[in-house]
Amino acid sequence: MSDMAAPSSAPAELPRAKTDWLPLLLIPALGLLALPFVGSPSTWVTLTVAGLAMGMMIFLMASGLTLVFGLMDIINFGHGVFISLGAYATLLVLGPLAGWALSDSIGLNLALLGLCILVAMGVTALAGAVFERVIVRPVYGSHLKQILVTMGGLIVTEQLIHAIWGASPIPIPLPQSLRGAFVLGDIVMERYRVIAVVIGLVVFMGMQLILNRTRIGLLIRAGVENPEMVEALGYRIRRLFVSVFIAGSALAGLGGVMWAFYRQTLTAGMGMEVMVLVFIVIIIGGLGSVGGCFVGSILVALVANYVGFIEPKLALISNILVMALVLVWRPQGLFPVARR
Amino acid sequence: MTEPLLQLSDVHTHIGPYHILHGVDFAVPAGELTMLLGRNGAGKSTTLRTIMGLWQASSGRIHFDGSDITTWSTPDIARAGIAYVPEAMGIFTDLTVRENIVLAARSGPVDKTRLDWILGLFPALKRFWNLPAGNLSGGQKQMLAIARAIAEPRRLLLIDEPTKGLAPVMVRSMIEAFKALKASGETILLVEQNFYAASALGDNVIVMDDGRIVHSGAMSDLVADKDMQQRLLGLSLDAHQ
Amino acid sequence: MTSSPALPLPFDETRRRGGLLTGLLSSDLPRSRALSFILLAIFVLLAATPFLFSGSQPVGTAAKICVFIVLVASYDLLLGYSGIVSFAHTMFFGIGGYGIAIALERMGPTWSSAAIGLIAALALSAVLAIAIGLLSLRVRAIFFSMITLAVATAAAVLASQLSEITGGEDGLSFQLPPALRPAFRLFSEPVFGTMINGRLLAYYLVFVVSLLVFLALLRIVNSPFGRVLQAIRENEFRAEALGYRVVAYRTAASVISALAATIAGALMALWLRYNGPDTTLSFSIMIDILLMVVIGGMGTMYGAVIGAALFVLAQSYLQVLMGAGSAALAGIPLLPNLIHPDRWLLWLGALFIISVYAFPGGVVGRLRQGKS
Repeated sequence: MSDMAAPSSAPAELPRAKTDWLPLLLIPALGLLALPFVGSPSTWVTLTVAGLAMGMMIFLMASGLTLVFGLMDIINFGHGVFISLGAYATLLVLGPLAGWALSDSIGLNLALLGLCILVAMGVTALAGAVFERVIVRPVYGSHLKQILVTMGGLIVTEQLIHAIWGASPIPIPLPQSLRGAFVLGDIVMERYRVIAVVIGLVVFMGMQLILNRTRIGLLIRAGVENPEMVEALGYRIRRLFVSVFIAGSALAGLGGVMWAFYRQTLTAGMGMEVMVLVFIVIIIGGLGSVGGCFVGSILVALVANYVGFIEPKLALISNILVMALVLVWRPQGLFPVARR
Repeated sequence: MTEPLLQLSDVHTHIGPYHILHGVDFAVPAGELTMLLGRNGAGKSTTLRTIMGLWQASSGRIHFDGSDITTWSTPDIARAGIAYVPEAMGIFTDLTVRENIVLAARSGPVDKTRLDWILGLFPALKRFWNLPAGNLSGGQKQMLAIARAIAEPRRLLLIDEPTKGLAPVMVRSMIEAFKALKASGETILLVEQNFYAASALGDNVIVMDDGRIVHSGAMSDLVADKDMQQRLLGLSLDAHQ
Repeated sequence: MTSSPALPLPFDETRRRGGLLTGLLSSDLPRSRALSFILLAIFVLLAATPFLFSGSQPVGTAAKICVFIVLVASYDLLLGYSGIVSFAHTMFFGIGGYGIAIALERMGPTWSSAAIGLIAALALSAVLAIAIGLLSLRVRAIFFSMITLAVATAAAVLASQLSEITGGEDGLSFQLPPALRPAFRLFSEPVFGTMINGRLLAYYLVFVVSLLVFLALLRIVNSPFGRVLQAIRENEFRAEALGYRVVAYRTAASVISALAATIAGALMALWLRYNGPDTTLSFSIMIDILLMVVIGGMGTMYGAVIGAALFVLAQSYLQVLMGAGSAALAGIPLLPNLIHPDRWLLWLGALFIISVYAFPGGVVGRLRQGKS
C-alpha cells in the first residue's frame, strides 16, 4: 500500500523487528540431516523435489482451513471433501477435452491443466458457499457440534460424489507432455512434481502478497488476531469470514486437482485420506498461521519422503513423530498466533 | 440545552446468567469530555461494550445522534461514527503500526495533515512506524490504540481506562494528549479509575456502582466537594496518586 | 448377578421386583413408554434371534448389533457424557480384535490363549488411552480431535504394515476354542427345533458379555463419577474451580471407554473368527460409530442401543428397500442414483446432520420429549 509514506522526520536509528527464523531453518537442517542417511546425492535431490511437491499440495489444501479457524474459531472437519470435489471436477474438463490431454503440445496440455484448475476452483468455491451457509453457520460457537456437523457434511457430500460420478475409482491420465522427468546428469525430477512446486510457490507468494499488501489481507490478519476489534473498527467480519471460507474451499479444490493428477486416480475418500496430513500440518504450523502452514507442509512432506525411502514402514508414523516433537518444542505450533 | 450526542435510557445488560447493568441512564453532550468513574466491577467497561454493541442490551434504549442504535451490529455502530478503545487496547500485534492505522481509516488513505497532527500527539509512534505493533511498550500500545481511534474524524470516542498500568510520566503525556483532543472539539466518553487524571480532564462526571449510575454532574462540583468524593469514590483519590 | 458389589447403590431399593430391574439399569430408566417398548423389543429379539430366525444372516446381524451397542455406548461415555470428540475409538476396537486374533492364531485355539490375548489387548489399550489423555486432553477440544485422528490413522497404517504379526491388509483368520465351533453339540437333540451348537454358544457369549458391559457402562455414567464428567462437560472451568481435576477425570473416562471398546473388538473377532483392518480399524467404522451415537441420542446410553440396532439393520436391510425404490424411479436422471441401495449412507448422513441441529438428544431424546 502506498497511501501513507513514512511520516516526516523519522529518526535515523530505528528499532529492529524481531523475525522468528528458527522454524524456517528447520527445513534446510532437515534436508542436510537426511543426506547421509539417503546416501546418494542424486536420490536425495529426487526425494527432496518429490517432498517439496507434496508439501506444496498439502499447503494448498491446508491454507484455507487454518485461516478459517483463525478468523472465526471454526474448524471444518469436512474440508477434505472439497479436495475430493475439486479432483472430481477435473472430469468436467477432461471429458469434453480428452483430446487435449493426448496432444503432444505442451501449451495445450498446460492449458488443459489450467482449465481443470479453474473449473475445480469454481465448483469448490460454490460448494464452499453452500457448505458454509447450510452446514457451518447454524453451529457457530460450539466446537463439538461443529466437528459433528461438518463430519456429517463430509459423509453426505462424499455420497453425493458417489451418486454423481459413481462409486468405483476413476483413472485420470496425466496430460502427455507432463509425464516423464527432467534428467540432469543422474538427477531425475519428475516433470509434474516440478510443476506442482511451481504452482504451490506461485499460490503461496500470491497469498503472501494479498495478506501483506492489500487491505483485505490486513483485515484477515487483524481478524485472526482479534475479530472483535475488527468489528469495532467498523468492518463486517462475518462477510470477511465467508469470503475466506469460500477462498479456502477453492484452494482445497486446487489442491485436489494437483493431488488427483499426482495419484492419477479419483476416489471420493481421497480428500479425507489427506486430511490427516492437513490437520498435522496446521497443528504444527500454529492454528491460524499461513506461514506456519507453509513451513509445516514442507516439513511433513519432506520427512515423509525421506523416511519413506530410508525405512518405508515408518513413513506415516513419522508425521506423528514430527508433530509430537514440534509440540514439545513449541506447544502452540511453530508460529503461534498472538491471540491463542 | 441541545440534544445530547449519546443518550442511554434504562439500559440493562446480561452476560450469560449474570445481570451486570441495572438500568443505566446518562447522556454525553456533544463537544465535551465526560468521565465515567467507579470502582472495579462497577459496570463501566460493560457500559462501553453495550454502547458498542459488543454485548447486547437486554432492555432499555441507546440513542446516538438521533438514531436508536440499541440493536445495531457493532460494525454499523462504528460506521455511525463511534470509535472504541477497549481496556485491552485491541492492538493487532502482528500488523505494523502503520497497518494498524491504515485499517482504522476505513474510507481510504489518512489525510497527511491529520496524520502529522496525530503523530504530533504521540511522537513515539513514529519510531516504530514500520515495525510490528507487538514490539511496542504498554504505553506506546495505548497511544497507538488512541491514534487508531482518531485516524479519521469520528463523532464520539469511547475510551476504556487508558492510564491503567502506565508509568506516571506516561500518564502525564496521556493527559496532555486528551487535553489536545478536547481542544480540537472531540466528544469523548472516558472510563477512568485514576481520579487525578479524571479531575484534570473532565467537563462532566458520571459515577457508577453495582451496575447503576450513582452520580452525574459537572466535574468541577465533584472536585470542589471533598465529602462527595469520599462518599462516591472511597479512597480512590489516595490510592491512585 | 450384574450389580457389582464394589459400587454402593445410589438409590433406595424399596420394591422387590421394580427394585431388581431398577438396580440392573442403575436407576436410569428409559422414562418413556415408547422407548421402553422399543428397548424391550430389541432385548427380546436379540436374546431369541437364534430360535426365531433360521439361516446365518439374522444371527450374524444380531451379533453385530450386540457388539456395536457396546462400542457405541463406550463412545457415548466420551462424546455424550464427557464432551470429548475422539477419532481414536476404532483403534481400541482394533486392539481388542487383534489381541484375540493374534493370540488364538499363534498360541492355538484354547480359552487360555483367548484370555491372554484379551488381557494383553486391555493393557495396551489402557496404556495408550492414558498416554493420549494425559498428553492431549489438556489442550483444546479441537486439537484433541485432530490428534486422535492422526493417531488412529497411524495405528491403522501400522497394523497393515506389520504384516508378519497382523496379517497386513488380509488380516488374520483363526480357529476358536472347540466349544465355540459349529461342529460342537451341547445336546444331541435340538431344543425348540434349534440345534445347540458351538456357533449358537458363541452368539450367546457375545450377547451376554455385551449385555454385562452395557449395564456396567450404564452404572458408571450414573455413578458420582459419571456426574462429575457431565459437570465438566457443562462447564469445565466451574468444575475445575470446584476442585475436580478435569484432566484426571477425562483421562479416566477415556480409559474406561477404551477398555469397553477393546472388549467389543474382542467379541467382534471371536464372532467373525477373523480380524483385519476393514472390520475393526477403518475410518469408515469411526464414521459409523458417530452416526449411531448421534442418531440414537448422545448422552443417553440407550441411544447406543437404538442407534446400533437402527444402523446395523439399515446397513443390512434398508438397501433392499432402496433397491426397490431406485428401480421404480428408473429413467429419471440422478434421482435413482440418490436412492440407489449403495447410497443408504447418504440418507443416514443427512439424518445425522438434522439430528445434530434439531434433535441433540437423538431418537431417545425425541421419544422422551414426546412422553412429557
